[in-house]
Amino acid sequence: MKILMFGWEFPPHISGGLGTACYGLTKGLVKTDTEILFVVPKAYGDEDTNAARFVNASDVETVGTQIELEKLWGNISFIQIDSTLVPYVDEKEFNLCASLETVENIEKHKDIFRHKYNFTGKYGANLMEEVARYALVAATIANNNEFDVIHAHDWLTYAAGIMAKRVSNKPLVVHVHATEFDRTGENVNPNVFNIEKQGMEYADKVITVSNLTRNIVINKYGIDPKKVVTVHNAVDFQGREEIAAERNVNDKVITFLGRITYQKGPEYFIEAAYKVLERCNNVRFVMAGSGDMMKKMVRRVAKLGMGTRFHFTGFLKGDEVQQMFALSDVYVMPSVSEPFGISPLEAMRSNIPVIISKQSGVSEVLKYAIKVDFWDVDAMADLMYGLVTYPSLSKFFVKNGQAEVNSLKWENAAVKIRKIYDQVANKI
Amino acid sequence: MRTICLYFQVHQPFRLNRYRFFDIGKYHFYDDEFLNKSILRKIAEKCYLPANQLMLELIKTYGKQFKIAYSLSGIVIEQLEQYAPEVIESFKKLAKTGCVEFLGETYSHSLASLQNSNEFEEQVKLQTNLIHKHFGQRPTVFRNTELIYSDDIGKRVADMGFKAMLTEGAKHILGWRSPNFLYTNAIEPRLKILLKNFRLSDDIAFRFSDRNWEDYPLTAEKYAVWLNNIDKKDEIVNLFMDYETFGEHQSKETGIFEFLRELPNRIFASGDFEFHTPSEVAEKHQPISPIHAQYPISWADEERDLSAWLGNEMQDEAYSKIYEIGEKVLQTKNQDLIKTWRSLQTSDHFYYMCTKWFSDGDVHIYFNPYDTPYDAFINYMNVVSDFEILVNQALENTKTTKKPTAKKTVTPAKKTAAKTTKTLAEKPKKETAAKKKTTVKKSATTAKKVAAKVEKPKKETKTTIKKKN
Repeated sequence: MKILMFGWEFPPHISGGLGTACYGLTKGLVKTDTEILFVVPKAYGDEDTNAARFVNASDVETVGTQIELEKLWGNISFIQIDSTLVPYVDEKEFNLCASLETVENIEKHKDIFRHKYNFTGKYGANLMEEVARYALVAATIANNNEFDVIHAHDWLTYAAGIMAKRVSNKPLVVHVHATEFDRTGENVNPNVFNIEKQGMEYADKVITVSNLTRNIVINKYGIDPKKVVTVHNAVDFQGREEIAAERNVNDKVITFLGRITYQKGPEYFIEAAYKVLERCNNVRFVMAGSGDMMKKMVRRVAKLGMGTRFHFTGFLKGDEVQQMFALSDVYVMPSVSEPFGISPLEAMRSNIPVIISKQSGVSEVLKYAIKVDFWDVDAMADLMYGLVTYPSLSKFFVKNGQAEVNSLKWENAAVKIRKIYDQVANKI
Repeated sequence: MRTICLYFQVHQPFRLNRYRFFDIGKYHFYDDEFLNKSILRKIAEKCYLPANQLMLELIKTYGKQFKIAYSLSGIVIEQLEQYAPEVIESFKKLAKTGCVEFLGETYSHSLASLQNSNEFEEQVKLQTNLIHKHFGQRPTVFRNTELIYSDDIGKRVADMGFKAMLTEGAKHILGWRSPNFLYTNAIEPRLKILLKNFRLSDDIAFRFSDRNWEDYPLTAEKYAVWLNNIDKKDEIVNLFMDYETFGEHQSKETGIFEFLRELPNRIFASGDFEFHTPSEVAEKHQPISPIHAQYPISWADEERDLSAWLGNEMQDEAYSKIYEIGEKVLQTKNQDLIKTWRSLQTSDHFYYMCTKWFSDGDVHIYFNPYDTPYDAFINYMNVVSDFEILVNQALENTKTTKKPTAKKTVTPAKKTAAKTTKTLAEKPKKETAAKKKTTVKKSATTAKKVAAKVEKPKKETKTTIKKKN
């Protein structure tokens, strides 16, 4: 079976769970005798990111050379940052398991691009136009390739999925890694919501990464429950080396690692940290990551007067994440709304006990993680204190957590997804 | 004859390395030596050396008629010694002319005057000694960091033996009065106060090359006319500015050096003014009244208060933290640690954390090594965290080195006795730590409160000493 899969990529960084999830998933699927054609817009990190300038440059008549087109595609990824979407793994890794076709490759079809220009009219900073642009390219790809099922990851690619389905008449599966409600709370962007809803309605099956997300899809988007299937994410530790970082401080380290945004609940971590520090002073807290709430969080930490005990690292790259885990004694994920959340699994794998919010998808699959309501700062502080003060408690979770996390395999998730492919493919 | 008093501030901070969480407990080098060296070399070549040369020429031309004053922070002298010793030499030449006065200030250009510990006096002592060592003068006039001044600070300065002090001619303390007279401290009338004429000073320091300014271009001729237009009853015009104005803030190409070269000539031509150093001003003129400054003022920004360094959460936290550990640092008696602690007090660190302007402090970007005030805070606190570990270790070491000598003679029975005394000795410490925490929290509210509240820690240390005994 051949799958046309749509994603977004922003090499060389992986800034969240979505990239990791897609990587693991495709790897698992390949083992189920599934062939994947993965489409990603090619991003160029060193591009001139001034979108406004491209408005003029992208006149239909002047766009003739391949180089200019590449530039345009790089620019889409730039807009992607603003949309707080999470990108994919880098292309080298994908080449290992799935055949990769980047937009770069089809840029040779200049006619297509001409056509697309006529369609979108102009190249603006409007994200919706970029989505439409991607959708058009998707249609072309769908036209030129053979496949059985279309699989689209998250809302930016839904339009592409819909176009591909229209052109090819093949079944569409949309994969919900996060919804607009997770990202923004109740302040949803109606345009994004509409695209998500449209994609889910147009899809033959909707895959959600947790029951938490499934409920949102059913209740907030009004999708038929029969159509919505939960396939929990897994975790892939292949090729991962445990880094032994040298401990330089005697204190226990409690870590928050993720984007510092509303969704991740950083403020609850800070308030809990304050309560812990009131009781014991052999603890340090680290907030690793960056995001739109970072400034506010820095100020809050200063206000609470714990600046020498609470550290910000900024965005961590590559090995630094591993290093951070290696230096941690407790990992906390206080997410307000987390469709899944892979990072606690990575923490457990690194032999760190984890505290996760009940409002996370990953809490549905984990037994040996301490679960707490994200808003229950007292309970969170209590658990932090317990884990750093009573070694036996910590040991218990470390030991059992390790075994548990090793049993969560992408192969199992892939088998479920393969079944879904078979279902939708056979209907037609 | 009326007086013109020129004073120039010479200061550059030790800027910190990018110091991350991962470095805590591992690396203890805090200064970005490369950056500090390159900035200092740049300023030395663009400003200090050519400006000193020009001043020397002017003094040669006009003899005792042309006089100026400098204030050099201890920290900038340290850097000059390391990176640009020829600048020190040229200052020495200036000192020898007898036309140049060096003022007293805090060693590390710190905000210690807002603290009630002895740190302020200690730093002034260090700086004045250093000035004496290099330039053979004992400063008799004081200029506090960023011209920060209040009645209380003035009193402390007078108690240290200074006869005059410089500060800003801030509108909110002057009211209808003119800065162009000599005033006295409101508590200690013996201390004369020289107030900066900020309009005429800033015409040179900030507006000189501003093409949108209606008086652009500023010429020495025009400036001399302005000076002559000042009310005939006014006695002194105090022109205080950063020395970096010449060649750095106002680049050579703006003609700032030509302006300065020509200015004395134009001023002497009108025949109404003479140049004096601050201490001469204090001798020559009669103070007309006391000046009241209940809350600290400064020469910074539009507000002329402390809000460039203190006031937002980050600044208050960083500031209270560095002074909170002061007592422990001094206890270690480790000169390296004490030196680092002083350099961490430099006001620039807090200046970088300022968020007063709509885009988080754009105005404060000059030689600012940080992208945002938040970066500045995070970096500074990481450094302080590591520094605190070093201080605690040093204290531990002094304790453990004392222990073994005691142990040798102690019998088992006495051991327990020793233990109990040890715990007793520890107890009061914990209490002070707890007390300190509360005072810190309170003091984190506003800068003014910080300044007002400084009395407390002293009392507490006294009680702990008693308990220990």
